[in-house]
Amino acid sequence: MGSVQEIRLAHGGGGRYTQQLIEKIFLPAFTNPQLDLLNDSAILDLPVSRIALTTDSYTVDPLFFPGGDIGRLAVCGTVNDLSVAGARPLFLSAGFILEEGFPLADLERIVESARAAAREAGVSIVTGDTKVIPHGKADKCFINTSGVGVVERDPPLESRVHEGDVLVINGFMGRHGMAVMTSRKELGFSSRIESDVAPLNHLTARMMKAAPGLHAMRDATRGGVAAVLNEMASQASLGVELTEEWLPVTEAVNGACEILGLDPLYIANEGVVVASVSADESETLLKAMKKDSRGRDSRVIGRVCREHPGRVVMRTQIGSHRIVDMLSGEQLPRIC
Amino acid sequence: MKYIDEYRQIEAVQQFIGLIHEVAGSRLMTFMEVCGTHTMAIARSGIRQLLPETLSLISGPGCPVCVTPNRLIDRAVALSRRRDVLLATFGDMMKVPGSTSSLDREHAAGRDVRVVASTLEALELARQNPSKNVVFIGVGFETTAPTVAASILEAENQGIDNYKVLSAHKVMPPAMRALCAGELNLDGFLCPGHVSTIIGSKPYVFLAREFQMPCVIAGFEPLDIVQAVFMLARQVRQDTPSVEIQYTRAVRPEGNPQALKIVDRVFEPCESEWRGIGIIPESGLRIRDVFAGRDAESISVDVEPFRETRGCLCGRVLQGLAVPPDCPLFGKACTPDEPIGPCMVSSEGSCAAYYKYQWQPA
Amino acid sequence: MCIAVPMKIVRIQGDRGLVEIGTTEREVGLQLVPDVQEGDYVIVHAGFAIQVLDEKEALETLALFKEMENLD
Repeated sequence: MGSVQEIRLAHGGGGRYTQQLIEKIFLPAFTNPQLDLLNDSAILDLPVSRIALTTDSYTVDPLFFPGGDIGRLAVCGTVNDLSVAGARPLFLSAGFILEEGFPLADLERIVESARAAAREAGVSIVTGDTKVIPHGKADKCFINTSGVGVVERDPPLESRVHEGDVLVINGFMGRHGMAVMTSRKELGFSSRIESDVAPLNHLTARMMKAAPGLHAMRDATRGGVAAVLNEMASQASLGVELTEEWLPVTEAVNGACEILGLDPLYIANEGVVVASVSADESETLLKAMKKDSRGRDSRVIGRVCREHPGRVVMRTQIGSHRIVDMLSGEQLPRIC
Repeated sequence: MKYIDEYRQIEAVQQFIGLIHEVAGSRLMTFMEVCGTHTMAIARSGIRQLLPETLSLISGPGCPVCVTPNRLIDRAVALSRRRDVLLATFGDMMKVPGSTSSLDREHAAGRDVRVVASTLEALELARQNPSKNVVFIGVGFETTAPTVAASILEAENQGIDNYKVLSAHKVMPPAMRALCAGELNLDGFLCPGHVSTIIGSKPYVFLAREFQMPCVIAGFEPLDIVQAVFMLARQVRQDTPSVEIQYTRAVRPEGNPQALKIVDRVFEPCESEWRGIGIIPESGLRIRDVFAGRDAESISVDVEPFRETRGCLCGRVLQGLAVPPDCPLFGKACTPDEPIGPCMVSSEGSCAAYYKYQWQPA
Repeated sequence: MCIAVPMKIVRIQGDRGLVEIGTTEREVGLQLVPDVQEGDYVIVHAGFAIQVLDEKEALETLALFKEMENLD
């Protein structure tokens, strides 16, 4: 592409510039047998016929934040959605929407990040698309990824909590949302918080193997842990009891939340899974989780009960109880 | 976190709860807090559940966003519609409904409305946008007024002529006087911790002297609140109404003289309208004539005729005469997702606090 | 509205200061606390330090709380 330093409208035109973009940037990074064919569709052979399909679009701002960037996010987010459904992620598609004028160097960085994340997760990006939007009509870079995974467990993960289940979490809350928030220049903040964005499929595979009594898992992204707990409770018409003292939050996230008047329970994560397991298997599950690099800080945070169905109630540090409701409205824009 | 974690210790909290039960006994006591941050802190900590049933902690007009009448929003909306105005505001004001619109709606319609976390940011916007009048919407009590005054002085010093303020600031002690003289049977005030950081303890003394009203200036952590409630109950029991400071680490009897000086230089007291209560003399702050060039009231706009929302009980909730569930709209037509009145919109409103932390579906 | 957080002053430059809590730092206006020194803790509200925390008072309050904990 010679001296071209930015994305031009022609890069999305389907002609020579598009070819060059694919050959110089996307193909070298993502190379795999299906993608290399550069057909309109990737033909995939799967070991079993039950598959999981998911899709997500990524509009995070800023594109590059402490601990990651939109490329890493786009791969991990979709891998994790498949993982918590009890599927083994295999193949991803990646659609890029780029603003005219977007620096090629930034695109290369993003693509390299996506490559590294895909490698870490053990998935392939087998098909993709690029569109270019005129300057001013799309904010720099948006990515959509869809993912296919295989569901090998039979019967598949129920994805529904049971009364008496223990609720566990694999690590600290609020890191991704606060990392993105505090890296936005307008806020006039700086913090050393890094996003927790990471692929969790190896962890979830271990979890499913260790505990047949694992009933449900959720990826706690937008809306935080509070959102997934409320969803789990309301779906099963059961109650959730949390203990505030047990909730894992780093000092750094606590401090940043204090300043902004935010609650870590509602902040987005990109490397946190909440699982519901039958009580007699919770020890086994925790032991297995702690063996994984993404599960070292795993712990119990609460339990599923019959009381206050559909509601999440927390025992506070001072011994009182309060509701942990769903977040209403948009608190932190463009975090994911 | 230093100066925070230590004030959350459960054992000490429980000891104070025990002491409160002892000293309050079965005597009916009603204490009012007049600070939105206290409203939230109390709801979030669940302290009410631990107090004796005979002791009520009620919320008063402590949320500055909630007590600001629609008229101010309507004026802000009108200002935002001028092409030569860049409106800067704290986030809390964005979704507050005016008579027919809100700043959030105006922003969605393409008007230049920006959320800032500090007047210094608004000042910076003025510096960067010399062709526009940057109008900062000044809402808040005595904690915020000094920061706004400081920004006006800095604008003067640096010759940033396009920075103006629409002052809707209010001060708390006159409203507390009105509450003492009102319908409620109050036994004491939990006084606002950060307002008092600025004004000190003297402005509350008249409450103890004229109305025999116990007052305790309280911090915001659970330990602060239970200690303050204990101190109030003790004053009631011993019939020794006075103004005590619980929040001694941040509040001095003389307050912050520098902050008071700056406020006095820029602002002067005026009458002000409080939603639900009406006009209270000397309860507002207006920009002094010497800084008339900074006063956004002078920017001419057509403000629509004001309309109050029907059925909304915010006015009574703000005076402590009703609790959120008393309002026919609460939890039904009025929810955090679709708020109607400011008590639900504001992040520190009584209805928002109740809905978020206490409400159970029927 | 009155959300205000205790933060430590780590650097002073004229009437602006750098404050931190945990590992988060931000810049605040110091116009309202002219006698503040580096190392002091301040209450921060709306981008300004509004008061210097009195360490002696803080310790006394905590001592009282500690006493409470040991009561039984």
